[in-house]
Amino acid sequence: MCLAVPGKVVEIRDAVGVIDYDGVRIEARLDLVDASVGDYVIVHTGFAIEILSEEDAEESIALWKEIEAYADKDGKE
Amino acid sequence: MQTKTERNNPAAIAELSRRIALLAEGRGHLTLMHVCGTHEHAIVSSGLRSFLPPSVSLVSGPGCPVCITPEEDIGRMIHLAEHGVTVTTFGDMVTIPTTQGSLADARARGADVRVVYGIAQSLAIAAQGTEVVHFGIGFETTVPTSSVALEARPDCFSILSVHRTIPPALAFLHEAGIAVDGFIDPGHVCSIIGTRPFEPLARRYKTPHVVAGFEPGDVLMAVYLLLVQIAEGRHDVENEYARAVRPEGNVIAQAHMERTFESVDAPWRALHDIPGSGLAIRRTYREHDALWRHRDLLSSFSWEPRHDDADCRCADMLVGACSPRDCPLFGSACTPDSPIGPCMVSIEGTCNIAYKYG
Ligand code: SF4
Repeated sequence: MCLAVPGKVVEIRDAVGVIDYDGVRIEARLDLVDASVGDYVIVHTGFAIEILSEEDAEESIALWKEIEAYADKDGKE
Repeated sequence: MQTKTERNNPAAIAELSRRIALLAEGRGHLTLMHVCGTHEHAIVSSGLRSFLPPSVSLVSGPGCPVCITPEEDIGRMIHLAEHGVTVTTFGDMVTIPTTQGSLADARARGADVRVVYGIAQSLAIAAQGTEVVHFGIGFETTVPTSSVALEARPDCFSILSVHRTIPPALAFLHEAGIAVDGFIDPGHVCSIIGTRPFEPLARRYKTPHVVAGFEPGDVLMAVYLLLVQIAEGRHDVENEYARAVRPEGNVIAQAHMERTFESVDAPWRALHDIPGSGLAIRRTYREHDALWRHRDLLSSFSWEPRHDDADCRCADMLVGACSPRDCPLFGSACTPDSPIGPCMVSIEGTCNIAYKYG
């Protein structure tokens, strides 16, 4: 039931947002999030349930980068 | 969303897989469980299990909301539909078999059963003056959408709540003695409730938890982080999906849930009553609780419990005790076109997903 990928809020009318998925646009209710135009959101059964945050993900990104760097170095040896 | 690149880099995935194999060495058999249909989808569609050493099993638990909805509640919805109420539900619920037929059977007999992709569509039908009961299925991700609908106090509208919550189900699995060495917690449930509700579980049952997102790389990373915890003898709640999950969760959504629902003990299909795992609509909103609003219609409802098809192994499937190919009916007598158990019907059911990806 989940759309696993985030979409971008491109327009807000009252409690409804227009969410863009690489050109495909859907509407979603925004009652559950404090979203602004430009935010990326996760949509579930017609409601945005959370706003994505890059900063909160810094630790995960750093771990991936470390693994990627190791893999690249390993591959070249 | 730049970060997709590392999670999709085949070299990084291969490196992660290598580290997982190293960590698993000499630890005997390890069983890791996820509890989310969308996770199972990510795992099966990417062939992720082939990136794990044979000693690490990744099993799916009771994470398919349609599969765990009790037959009796489906029976109640059929009863309402057959007594002139328009019922709305998510797509795969319509064909879920019970020992006394499905909502699709009721529709074939002339009942008004409509498929919606979200509760807003049900509200739109009620706004035209049609008496609607929405089948409120799903875990914490879906619950706040029902809350928003209830708070609008719409005319002609009520919900039959079979909503369930995940942390009590995990406690139940532990109490039932199921041997799980680590949990992959469902990312979007955690977007709503946060990571904290899992902390007492991790401590009490000394089992590591990692909250994960839904790309194959997310799930593999969660497996890695679980194995690191196991190797270090830790049992913490870690968050691999911090881009969409905060420790405190979505507090706006939680406030909506708190105002409209209260916890009750509730049965799960094929399992037992799980203490505190159900959500009943609060009395202040009872005009929109189908059990109250349609109490006269429902007073003539009765349900004879009968057993599910004896050979169907959905019950074992829901606690991670077997996989689809352990079921003799899988792919022969039981297929998505002629399903025997709910796990084959639902798009989030383990058997359905296994069949689709062969
Ligand atoms: S394959 Fe069909 S009969 Fe077997 S467990 Fe799955 S749903 Fe039940």
